[in-house]
Amino acid sequence: MQATSTATAPGIGAYLTRHIREYGLLFALIAIMAFFQVVTGGTLLRPVNITNLFLQNSYIIIMALGMLLVIVGGNIDLSVGSVMGFIGALAAVMIVNWQLPVGVAILLCLMTGMAIGAVQGYFVAYWRIPSFIVTLAGMLVFRGLSLWLLAGQSIGPFPRSFQALSTGFIPDLFALDRPNGLALAVGVAAVLLILWLGLRARARNARYGIEDEPWGLFLLRNAIVAAALLFVTWKLAWFRGLPNVLLSMVVLTVIYVFITERTTLGRRIYAVGGNAKAAKLSGIRTERLTFLTFVNMGLLAALAGLVFAARLNTATPKAGFAVELDVIAAVFIGGASMAGGSGRIVGAVVGAFIMGVMNNGMSILGIGIDYQQVIKGLVLLAAVVFDVYNKNKEV
Amino acid sequence: MSALLEMRSITKTFPGVKALDNVSISVREGEIHAICGENGAGKSTLMKVLSGVYPAGSYDGQITYDGRPAEFRTIRDSEERGIIIIHQELALVPLLTIAENIFLGNECATRGVIDWPETFRQTEALLAKVGLRETPGARVGSLGVGKQQLVEIAKALSKNVRLLILDEPTAALSEGDSQALLDLLLELKAQGVTSIIISHKLNEVRRVADSVTVIRDGATISTIDARAEPLTEDRIVRDMVGRSMENRFPDRQRRAGEVVFELKDWNVWHPEQADRQMIRDLSMTVRAGEVVGIAGLMGAGRTELAMSIFGRSWGRNISGQVLMRGRVVDVSTVDRAIRAGLAYVTEDRKTLGLILEETIRRNTVLANLDAVATRGVVEEGRETEVAEKYRRALRIRTPSVFQKVMNLSGGNQQKVVLAKWLFTDPDLLILDEPTRGIDVGAKYEIYSIINELSAAGKAVVMISSEMPELLGMCDRIHVMNQGGFVGELAAEEASQEAIMSLIVRE
Repeated sequence: MQATSTATAPGIGAYLTRHIREYGLLFALIAIMAFFQVVTGGTLLRPVNITNLFLQNSYIIIMALGMLLVIVGGNIDLSVGSVMGFIGALAAVMIVNWQLPVGVAILLCLMTGMAIGAVQGYFVAYWRIPSFIVTLAGMLVFRGLSLWLLAGQSIGPFPRSFQALSTGFIPDLFALDRPNGLALAVGVAAVLLILWLGLRARARNARYGIEDEPWGLFLLRNAIVAAALLFVTWKLAWFRGLPNVLLSMVVLTVIYVFITERTTLGRRIYAVGGNAKAAKLSGIRTERLTFLTFVNMGLLAALAGLVFAARLNTATPKAGFAVELDVIAAVFIGGASMAGGSGRIVGAVVGAFIMGVMNNGMSILGIGIDYQQVIKGLVLLAAVVFDVYNKNKEV
Repeated sequence: MSALLEMRSITKTFPGVKALDNVSISVREGEIHAICGENGAGKSTLMKVLSGVYPAGSYDGQITYDGRPAEFRTIRDSEERGIIIIHQELALVPLLTIAENIFLGNECATRGVIDWPETFRQTEALLAKVGLRETPGARVGSLGVGKQQLVEIAKALSKNVRLLILDEPTAALSEGDSQALLDLLLELKAQGVTSIIISHKLNEVRRVADSVTVIRDGATISTIDARAEPLTEDRIVRDMVGRSMENRFPDRQRRAGEVVFELKDWNVWHPEQADRQMIRDLSMTVRAGEVVGIAGLMGAGRTELAMSIFGRSWGRNISGQVLMRGRVVDVSTVDRAIRAGLAYVTEDRKTLGLILEETIRRNTVLANLDAVATRGVVEEGRETEVAEKYRRALRIRTPSVFQKVMNLSGGNQQKVVLAKWLFTDPDLLILDEPTRGIDVGAKYEIYSIINELSAAGKAVVMISSEMPELLGMCDRIHVMNQGGFVGELAAEEASQEAIMSLIVRE
């Protein structure tokens, strides 16, 4: 698919058709945002709503990072919604009922999440029980356990320090108040960083003769991303600045992009998902990797549970209900393949944002939850049909 | 007796390969007709043409069956006329009962409602006919392979078979079961059923066949009528292998050094059938710079041997020792085997050797990823250099190492698999069917690479079903049959006839 001949510079159009999936996702997000911006009469991109968008979707994005690895490894995890609810309940019991220090409780919750992932991963990896079944069982078990923990009641409120996990804002170092100086500075810095990384990658690709996207497209794409970043940070700066949870999301996303694209660990997970038998015969310990993807998923589900409970300021028996479906949908909208071996972190994050913007936009419009589900379902189907269509065309 | 089946000038081409080239065969009513030939000679393709797996129109030539031209478009068409084929891999559903299997797709039913008493009654009659003493309600999965074979035949009889085709029916059977099956064939013949039997076991062919057609390289070589002339194994073997040897192999210098690899008293049992020993007390040595071949037919246990050595990737209750340069090494997992200096180039490169959706670069470093990484972070520059180095060294034809291996030809894919293993710098390379499914030019290049490797002091074990390839490449050839070596031939004394006789005279 990649040609080395640089003499005949390939047209932007030809390049676009070959990489339609990656660009299509970005354009879809923009189109969906533009659509809701218009039909909500500008409410979507108000500073307070942008802040809300991040707060509302943070837990989906956090879990989508872990789910991507699970799906790339050729498995699925249906239990994440229940685990998330269970950990929120556990945190409430520990902090509100038992008065444990917040830091200790958070640590214990994260470790519990990993332990849950380890048990499920153990059955999937070493007993070769299909992940669908193991995590379906986990989904029921932890749904039940959260009900039991909370005795059917909501527990709250949490102390301030715990709420800050989600609804806190990073103090403005520049003390400008409105607009928030830190938010502006971070926005500009992020744009410069992305540009610098992009140029460095181009230089490296050129050295090894890898075909890169045409300059025009590179500039256009980066211009859009830069404009979006600056726009968002500008808007955030006019509300309360950078939410804590935005920072953790960005840091986590960067870490997982690095793991999936640069480390031997990430490479091996893709290899296991791409062809488990070939990976095993290449000396890769496939069982251990599968196990690790589930431990990691448990950790992130726990973190999502804490963030979610902190935002609502209460743990409810209904927390996390059916959330696994949104998480899985985000990963598939983001271009991962059910068969395993392909999919990107950035895709999963953008997929989660597409889901989030649709949820948010439709709620603003007052569309009933019934229609919302129908529309989300159709978008998921359309995204995957688009994928399969392109793949068939390729052959 | 008149001919029940006439296949005349059958030619079947696949993209790039002529699988059948003007094959003709004539089967008389009420006889047992054997078809013999090497692996890949075209026997199975011919049977697929006959049974409608390859529909009429996708091949050239005429088929006359029962006095009428036959143009089968599906297996159903041929079954309706009484042609039933029993494949080597049995087509039974293990979790269903004997009765359910026999009438699968052909149920005794009225408007979709199955009549179980009638089904069981008919099944009992069929089982009595094939001499299988089991109840119709027994699960097929609980039966041995020999009995499953009988269930297949009972199923064929339930469809009013006139021409029964058996593809290697005794390959997986014990001696006693094989005898019983052959007796049954003779009995069916007495009842007027015509059979075609594809077999490598010439003693069995001699026992039951009324005539034999030998196919080689997709063409009919000879038809021998056992009633007109005596059927000798020598004659069949000569016809099976008698192709002229051209200069299809690069010259190689023979230079054996010290013993690199030694296998002692290797025993392996089947992973699912606990009582079936697949490798028996096998020992071998390979020296530096040596290419040692393992010949044998499908099912002889060659791949099972290789995979059991390579990280116990196949089999159970494995016992025995592996020595590298005189020291016992641990090969109990694949990564330990790789660290001990072993590499195994799998038989099936698409399902076992490559990650098709990934690039050449990523496949090349897959088995030795740590060598291009620092503290777990892959250095893409080094990775690219490695991939480029092997692309040049192995002459992999591709615009760049960033191509997905999916888009490469078979020969180039095989080179990527070789590159992957060479990058682990092994002392012993086990090559399992290294040239299967690739064209003649690419084969020559693979042979050249093998020679370069052995010249560089690597020890090479080559498993192949293509005897000319073993003869052209190897310094020594072990002949394998039923899990053990039945003979060893030095390059000078080896010939296709010698190998084939060792196999068939078991």
